[in-house]
Amino acid sequence: MIDGLSLPKDELLEMQRRMLRIRLFDERASKMVKRGYIPGTVHTSIGQEAQVVGACMALAKGDHMTGNHRSHGHPIGMGSPLGPLMAELVGKATGVCKGKGGSLHLADYEVGSLGESGITGSSIPIAVGASLSAQVLGEKRVAITFFGDGTANQGVLYESMNLASAYKLPVIFLCENNFYALSTPSHTVTGGRIVDRASGFGMPGVRVENGQDVIAVYNAVREAADRARRGEGPSLVEVMTYRFREHSEGLRINVDYRNAEEKALWTSRDPIILFRDLLIEKGIATADEMDAIDAEIEQEVEDCATFALESPDPDVSVAFEHLYTDDYKLENVL
Amino acid sequence: MSVMTYIGAIGAAQQEAMSADERVIIIGEDVEANVYGTTGGGKQRAEKGDFVEQFGQNRIRNTPISEEAIVGTAIGAAMTGLRPIVDLSYSSFLYMAMDQFVNQAAKNRYMFGGQSSIPVVFRSAMFYGLNTGAHHSDRPYPMFMNVPGLKIMAPATASDAKGLLRSAIDSDDPVLTFEAVPLWGQKEEVPDEEYHIPFGVARTHREGSDITIVGISGSLPLALQAADEMEARGVSCEVIDPRTLVPMDTDTIVRSVLKTGRLVIAEPAHRTCGAAAEIAAIVADKAQHALVAPIKRVCALDMQVPFSPVLEREIYPTKERIVAAIEAVCADQLNQVNRRAS
Repeated sequence: MIDGLSLPKDELLEMQRRMLRIRLFDERASKMVKRGYIPGTVHTSIGQEAQVVGACMALAKGDHMTGNHRSHGHPIGMGSPLGPLMAELVGKATGVCKGKGGSLHLADYEVGSLGESGITGSSIPIAVGASLSAQVLGEKRVAITFFGDGTANQGVLYESMNLASAYKLPVIFLCENNFYALSTPSHTVTGGRIVDRASGFGMPGVRVENGQDVIAVYNAVREAADRARRGEGPSLVEVMTYRFREHSEGLRINVDYRNAEEKALWTSRDPIILFRDLLIEKGIATADEMDAIDAEIEQEVEDCATFALESPDPDVSVAFEHLYTDDYKLENVL
Repeated sequence: MSVMTYIGAIGAAQQEAMSADERVIIIGEDVEANVYGTTGGGKQRAEKGDFVEQFGQNRIRNTPISEEAIVGTAIGAAMTGLRPIVDLSYSSFLYMAMDQFVNQAAKNRYMFGGQSSIPVVFRSAMFYGLNTGAHHSDRPYPMFMNVPGLKIMAPATASDAKGLLRSAIDSDDPVLTFEAVPLWGQKEEVPDEEYHIPFGVARTHREGSDITIVGISGSLPLALQAADEMEARGVSCEVIDPRTLVPMDTDTIVRSVLKTGRLVIAEPAHRTCGAAAEIAAIVADKAQHALVAPIKRVCALDMQVPFSPVLEREIYPTKERIVAAIEAVCADQLNQVNRRAS
């Protein structure tokens, strides 16, 4: 049995660091949207940090990941530095995508993040492709794709699961079940349990009931990753979690689609507080050590915001780059 | 030089590319059994010596009937080290994977600031004029010309198909190839050694001074036949095939019209927003002063494809329609010839 708690202390502390990075990065991004520093909007992962970090930390260097529209946590979970991510949200030259992707399209190939997708489900087969290249080239890589409970009803997921299972590809399908597709309660538009769909494709399906427990998520995904790396094929992992904020920042929905009791219950299960308490209780870290990590990440986020705001705007010529790998003549320019 | 069919040239290009680079794989429905005749090393049936035998099942893979997953998987594989050739068989099947073409293949490199390159080729064949009915007869390349980030080739001869496909496989960008099934059996001399034809270079099939005829894909042979007929009637025709539609060698077409002053464009796709419309607009922009007659387009009518052979042949360009278009814009020449004759 895999037990994430038996990992070296520095890895456990790194889990807390990455969860805190996501939390504080997204809180700062939310403020920067309200103040007009970030154009457009953002979708925060606040409340879902354990699900993201537990999964990403279960991977190895060289593995690949594709994400979705709720999209800052995944590259952070893979270990991406914050400055270029925040600069991307602001649309600066120093952005990880040179200011051409924005919040919905972060990607950081340095850490295996192949890209977030604004179209839900669209990036699922991309991860399957990353696992196909691993298989054909005989490399021991695995790939993971994150999608929500809403996207679990997209046909492309099932085409992808079937193909991955038929080829025994080293890929993990991770459903982030936060109970709502925007305002629509998942159970009202979903037949049966998502995790049960795995068996139809001949692959293991595991549901992590407490997705606020970073170790529980780590254990499930690590088992799926080990299995994939052994050549035994794909897995589906469904993680039950909750987003603490609205679907996107600034979105006002007149119908209160989530009741207060439910919200209170889930917000009492803050993954960052839970993990801090666990590490202290098990004697793995002291309160002082955890406080020091809080301060360290607060400073990191402060620095990333400063970096983003002080970075230069992109040169306008960049709008006309990166369409193709070779030179391209734009017909329309007079 | 040796004589090859159009479809044989495609198979030969795939075989050369598979041998040249281990990162090249072929995935698609029924590729292992060589159902469409391009994965059998020149043979029309799967047997000893076919691609599976030669390259192994790790690199020649049948897929489920799941176009969206096939296309997306190929894109992801291309982003992480492979150079897949995806055989989508009928061009009409591309619609099933539209999101992957438009939102992933075309946009990833741009959106991610150049972090990715996507060396993948999506092959499909336009089975038009063969009584396969409305769901199997589409010529949808203009829709994809409207998606920046994709490259598009539409060869009309065997040697072009072979050389362009090699360049497509070597390209680090996603390429869609639209093959014309009515041309599959057409033969042409093809160099014996391996060769590449660069994208964005048109081929002038015959030179002339009175009119420029652009023939695309299956309309090229018709344009050449029409040119033969008109030459005999005293009209000197220049016939150009752009070969690749993105990027397109508009310079060669514009230069030709500056010389001839007249332009007819023939293509098997629908008239509205087709490649012909784009070429007409560019020529109107850049060679308007040289034009002595309106630009004429001979395209498929803006109509769906009916099944009955009697009905289907009403839809597409024919030699006769191209001749009629040439007659309409070359009335002066024809009158002069007639006067001299009388």
